[in-house]
Amino acid sequence: MKQLLYSKKLAPYLFILPFLVTLAVFWVVPLGRSFVMSTQEVLYGQATFIGLGNYERLWGDRIFWQALFNSLRYMVLTLVLLVPIPLALAALVNSNIGSARIKGFFKASMFVPALTSVVVAGIVFRLIFAESDSAMMNQVVEFFGFGPVRWLRSDLTGLVALLAIALWRWAGVNMMYFLAGMQAIPTEYYEAASIDGANKFRQFIHITIPNIKPTVVYVVTISIYGGLSMFLESFMLYAGNNSPNNQGLTVVGYLYRKGIEENDLGFASAVGVVLLVVVMTLNISYLVASGTFKKEAA
Amino acid sequence: MTRLRTTVSTLVAALAVTALTACGGGGQPEAPVKNSDGSTTLDMWTFADVHAAYYEEMAERWNEANPDQEIRLEVTVYPYDDMHNKLQLAVNSGEGLPDVVDIEVNKFANFVKGENPPLVDLTEAAAPYTDDIVQARLDLYSKDWKIYGFPTHVGAFTTFYNTEALEGAGIDYTTIETWDDFKEAGTRYNEETGKEFGVASTSVMFLEPLIAAQLGGQFFDADGNVQVNSPEVVETLSTVKDMQDAGAVSTIPGGSPDSEEAFGAINDGDYAAIVYPAWYTSRFVDYMPDLAGKVAIAPAPVPDDAVVQTIGGGGTGAAVPAVSPNKDLAADWLAFAKLSPEANVAVWEVLGFDPVNMAVWEDEEVTDNPENKFNKYFQNNLFDVLREVQDGIGHFESFSDPSWPTVDDTFRTVTLNEIYENGTPVQEALDQAQADLENQLGQ
Repeated sequence: MKQLLYSKKLAPYLFILPFLVTLAVFWVVPLGRSFVMSTQEVLYGQATFIGLGNYERLWGDRIFWQALFNSLRYMVLTLVLLVPIPLALAALVNSNIGSARIKGFFKASMFVPALTSVVVAGIVFRLIFAESDSAMMNQVVEFFGFGPVRWLRSDLTGLVALLAIALWRWAGVNMMYFLAGMQAIPTEYYEAASIDGANKFRQFIHITIPNIKPTVVYVVTISIYGGLSMFLESFMLYAGNNSPNNQGLTVVGYLYRKGIEENDLGFASAVGVVLLVVVMTLNISYLVASGTFKKEAA
Repeated sequence: MTRLRTTVSTLVAALAVTALTACGGGGQPEAPVKNSDGSTTLDMWTFADVHAAYYEEMAERWNEANPDQEIRLEVTVYPYDDMHNKLQLAVNSGEGLPDVVDIEVNKFANFVKGENPPLVDLTEAAAPYTDDIVQARLDLYSKDWKIYGFPTHVGAFTTFYNTEALEGAGIDYTTIETWDDFKEAGTRYNEETGKEFGVASTSVMFLEPLIAAQLGGQFFDADGNVQVNSPEVVETLSTVKDMQDAGAVSTIPGGSPDSEEAFGAINDGDYAAIVYPAWYTSRFVDYMPDLAGKVAIAPAPVPDDAVVQTIGGGGTGAAVPAVSPNKDLAADWLAFAKLSPEANVAVWEVLGFDPVNMAVWEDEEVTDNPENKFNKYFQNNLFDVLREVQDGIGHFESFSDPSWPTVDDTFRTVTLNEIYENGTPVQEALDQAQADLENQLGQ
């Protein structure tokens, strides 16, 4: 034992063993099982090998492509909203404008939605976007002179509701990430820049942005994954997995419908495998493009 | 120091090993367990509060009649989707299952897939009672001549008319016999009052199977392949769409009459004619108190040359999971609780449903009891209407097709929305549904 603990070669592996075991048990094994199941037709106590049959059905499945389109669209739009807006908010909080107490309160209140359960939030948003003309959003549009909107009945307005939840829930979290990145930037850089005559905006572009790049890369990566794997928000907003014309159906929602609601676990596994491939392809290409895998220049 | 380190690492290793082995094992059916008072605890899952009250009453009656086999029934009520999803996961893993479970008819086919269904064959337990039971309702929950679930009601389609609202527009509901009559009355009502008459549901599919069956159509061909763009189905959807265009039916808040938003609208008199299975009586009594004394029941409309007059709609098959340690007792109790004559009397008196035991339909002491809360609520007696259609109740085979859950799901999420909400032409929407379903079902 003593030899093992002091061995330079083996000890590191011993120390990361708990992580490796967890990774194997809860990630690698289920992943492998999913690959196997995606080539099977699974019924109670019997699994028949059917080769690529599930993938063939998936390829020609209009609803799957619709779900994938919905997820991709949601992911891209959350990126468009959830990177610039929190970045601007973080810059605002990090600046000298306003009193520290008000900013502290602002930070705290921006973060509260992330602590709220999606289930509760989804129900509240469903009521806010309800069809009746006394619902909150319809009161708002009425104020601007428009008639009541059947928010959750048509595609684009339903998407607006989903994005509203995402923005409300994640803007604060992303703002915290950016703020942490900004506070790690040495103030000397800004001093030097202001001596050279750079205004606040140029300082933001040429000092802040390059210095928080690792944070931006991190936020974009988890947002790609988060957007594509979104399920619960839509499930709660539409009070179930069946939205009109599948307008709120996401890839994970389709996996859930096929595997759990219709007991077609083989097909659902194929959906999961395809989702994994899509997420990994997008994320790895993004990480390569952003230079994360390159060795740091010395 | 060295010793301490060794001890700690041994402890860590030991903990890891225990943690890993603790995950394995389990999954075997256990031996029946009796409580200290000699009774047996039966766990039951259901998705409707009203069912829970009914089963508790049937457990009490069973205990009075069988003091040597007392049961202690523990009912858990889950929301509809949650219960079926939970059950699906539990039967796949073989663990955490109840002894008895209510499975809704549109989900039932999921649980009898394959050659080895995870439910107990209840044919033997049912044998003492089957002669008086409507065969079509047992067929709904049977596969390969084995009964896997017991029905609760026939669910014959009836029409509920708000007579107060109709009188205001000068419409006599007793003259409505065919769908043409229904359309004509609805159009007139809609023009005169500006309010809605019937309902075109988008989140529930009941009206369409009824009309398809009346026209002699099915949603599957003779080989069990999906066939939702056949002439009969096209005619069915066109019939409803025509009525919608004429103003005789329209969509309802909540998507179907059986939702909370719709209860409010119907209670306020916004919709005057609801064509729904007979068990909808319970929704009126429980959720629409303002309409007491104003609602009359009549048979569902028929097309001119109807093949069958009506069918059973909706339903719940109560089943026993195969891994239950108490499956024999659970099966016997369930047969008593759902098929016996006294159970069927209770189905009417407690739940207000049309019972599957036909003998009860003839027992006027039960059906015409003036103290019954359903008889008090409605203007006329449900059984007078049911006896009128008794010989014309058909079985809609598509309901028991293994692919029905997928078909039902596609219509409720896409097809009905396309036709009634988005105005997609019927043929186009059904061709799309056919293509989607063929792919999804691998046919």
